[in-house]
Amino acid sequence: MAELFVYGIVLGSIIALGSIGLTLVFGILRFANFAHGDLMTAGAYVALFLVTRLFNWFGIPDNNFGRLSFGWRMVFAFPISMMAIATLAIILDRLLYRPLRRKKSPSVILSMAALGASFIIQMTVLILWGADSLFYKPGILRPAIMLPLGIKIRPDQIFIVLVVFLSITVLHLFLKHTRMGKAMRATADNPELARVTGIDTNRIILLTWGIGGAMAAMGGILYGIDVQLHPGMGWGFLLPLFAATILGGIGNMYGALIGALVMGVVQQLSTAYLLPTYKPAVAFIIMILILLIRPQGIFGGRL
Amino acid sequence: MEIGGIIAYLVSLIIMAGIYAVFTLGLNIQWGYTGLFNIGIAGFFCIGAYTSALITTPMPSGIYAHYVHQIFGLNLPFIFGIIGAAAVCGLIAFFIGIPTLKLREDYLAIATIGIAETIRLIFNNERWLANGPRGLMGLPQPLQNLIAARNYNYLYLVIVLLILVIVYLAIERGIRSPWGRVLRAIREDEVSAAMSGKDIFYFKTQSLIWGSMVMGIGGALYAHYTKAISPDVFTPLYGTFIIWVMLMVGGSGNNKGAILGAFVVWGIWTGTKFVIDLLPTTLKARAFYIRFFLIGILLEFILIHRPQGLLGEEKKISKMMD
Repeated sequence: MAELFVYGIVLGSIIALGSIGLTLVFGILRFANFAHGDLMTAGAYVALFLVTRLFNWFGIPDNNFGRLSFGWRMVFAFPISMMAIATLAIILDRLLYRPLRRKKSPSVILSMAALGASFIIQMTVLILWGADSLFYKPGILRPAIMLPLGIKIRPDQIFIVLVVFLSITVLHLFLKHTRMGKAMRATADNPELARVTGIDTNRIILLTWGIGGAMAAMGGILYGIDVQLHPGMGWGFLLPLFAATILGGIGNMYGALIGALVMGVVQQLSTAYLLPTYKPAVAFIIMILILLIRPQGIFGGRL
Repeated sequence: MEIGGIIAYLVSLIIMAGIYAVFTLGLNIQWGYTGLFNIGIAGFFCIGAYTSALITTPMPSGIYAHYVHQIFGLNLPFIFGIIGAAAVCGLIAFFIGIPTLKLREDYLAIATIGIAETIRLIFNNERWLANGPRGLMGLPQPLQNLIAARNYNYLYLVIVLLILVIVYLAIERGIRSPWGRVLRAIREDEVSAAMSGKDIFYFKTQSLIWGSMVMGIGGALYAHYTKAISPDVFTPLYGTFIIWVMLMVGGSGNNKGAILGAFVVWGIWTGTKFVIDLLPTTLKARAFYIRFFLIGILLEFILIHRPQGLLGEEKKISKMMD
C-alpha cells in the first residue's frame, strides 16, 4: 500500500501538470478544453522525435545520467518540446477559438471545437508515428531503489516528482510576484473588470495558452519517461484531468494541484482491488461523487 | 465491378447511413433542441448493441459455453431487443442526468465522456458479462428465414428505413408539441423558461432520456446488421465523434438536417476510401487516420464558417401557425 501511495504521488504530479493548465484555461477562457490531454500527447511525441531522430543527426551523445533512463538529449528536448506545444496551443487559439470568441459563440461550441482539435491531434500523431506503444529508450533495464517500508522506486520517478514541484513553484512565484502573473490572476477572477482596469486580456489569453501548453508538454514527456508513449495517452488522461480540476475548484491552480495528487493516489490505490485498466473509471466515479456532493470543488472555484 | 456489386455496395452504404441517422436524430433531441452536450454517444451505442444482443441470443450451451460467456441470453425476437436497448439506455441517461443536469453544460459533457469510457472498459474486462474483448458473434437477424442470406441486406434496408421513419415522425410530433417548445425555450434562455414556471431539470432529464433511448435503438440496429460486436467497435471516433460531425454538417435543430448530415458524412467517409486507394502504399496503411483527420477539419470548418449546418433550423414549428 505504501508503495502504491508513492506511485500515486508520481502519477498525481504528472496529472498536476495537465490539470493546472486545464484549470487556467477553464478559468480564463471559460470553456472545457477537451484537447488538453492531447497537448500532453503531442509534447511527448515531439520529444520522441527530438530524442530519437533530430539529436541523433546532430550527434548529441545518448548516454544516461547515472541511474536515470535519459541524458543530455532529454535535457534539450524538454524546453524545445515545451515551446513547440506552447506554440501549438497558441496557433489553435488563433485558428479556432479566437474566431469563435469573436463570433460570440457559446462556450459549448468552443468545447466542441476543442473536441475536434483533440481528434485532429490524435490523428496527426497516428499518421506520423502509428498506433503502437513507443518508448524513449526501448528495452532499457529500469533498476529500482529500495526505500524504507519496502517501497521500490525508480530514480526516474524521484526525478519526475522533483521536476514537477520545482516547475509548479516557479509558476507560483510568477503568478504571485510578477505584473503579468497578477494580471493573469485578475483576469481569471473577473475578465470584464480586468479589461476595464487596462489589462490587455488578449495578451493574457496568449500567455495562458503558452503556460498551459508548455506544462502539458512537460507532463506528456514525464509520462513517456515513466511509462510509455501511446497516441491515446492524452485521451486517457482526460478524465483524471477534469476530475482533478473539478475537485480543486475550477480556475483554482492550487486546488488543481491538490486534486491531481488525490486523483493520482486514488487511481493507484484502486489497482490493489481493481484491474489497472479501470483507472480512468475510478477517476470518473470520484468526479461524479464530487459533482453530487460539492460541485464547486473542495477549495471553491467559480462555476 | 458489375452492376449487382455496385447495388449491393450502395445498399450496405445506405443501411449504415440510416443507422447513423437514427443516432443523429437522438442527438438532435439532446443537442439540437435542448442544448445538452452529450459526447458519450459511444456509451449508449455500446449499451444498446449489447443489450439487444443479450436479449436476442440464446444462452450458449454445450461446447460453446466454454468459449462464450454471457450474463444472460433470452433468445427473444428482434423487437424485444430494440425495446430492451432503448429501456436500458434511458435508465442510464436518467442516472447520468441526476448529478449533471443542474450544473453548467460542460459537466454533462465530461460526465458523458466518462460513462462512455467506463462502459467500454467494463465490457472489455468483465468476461462473464458479454464475453470480454472477444465480444458476441452470430447475432440473429430479424426475419432471416424469409429470404436467402445473400439477399438479406435488402430486407434489412427496409427494416432500418422503416424504423428511421418511425423515429423521425415521433420526434417531429414531440418537437412540434408544447413539450418541444419548452425544450427549445430552455435551449435559448434557461432563466426565462424557468420564470415561465417550467421545471428546467425535469425537462432536461426527459430530453436526455428520450435522446439516449433513440441512440439505444441505433445501437441495436447496428448489432443486428453486423451480427458481431466487440467493445473495440464503440470508440470515441466511430461512436461519438462522427455522429457529432454528421449533426453539425446537416444542421442541428432540424430533423431533416440530422438525417441529411448522416447520409452526407457517411457518403464522404466511404467515398474517401476510394480516393485513398490512389495514395502510395506507404501512406495507405495510415489512410484511416488521414480520413479521420479530414473529418476533424470538416467539423472545425463547419463550426467557424457555417454553424447552422447545411439546412439550419426550421422556423415553422406549430401546425397552428401557418
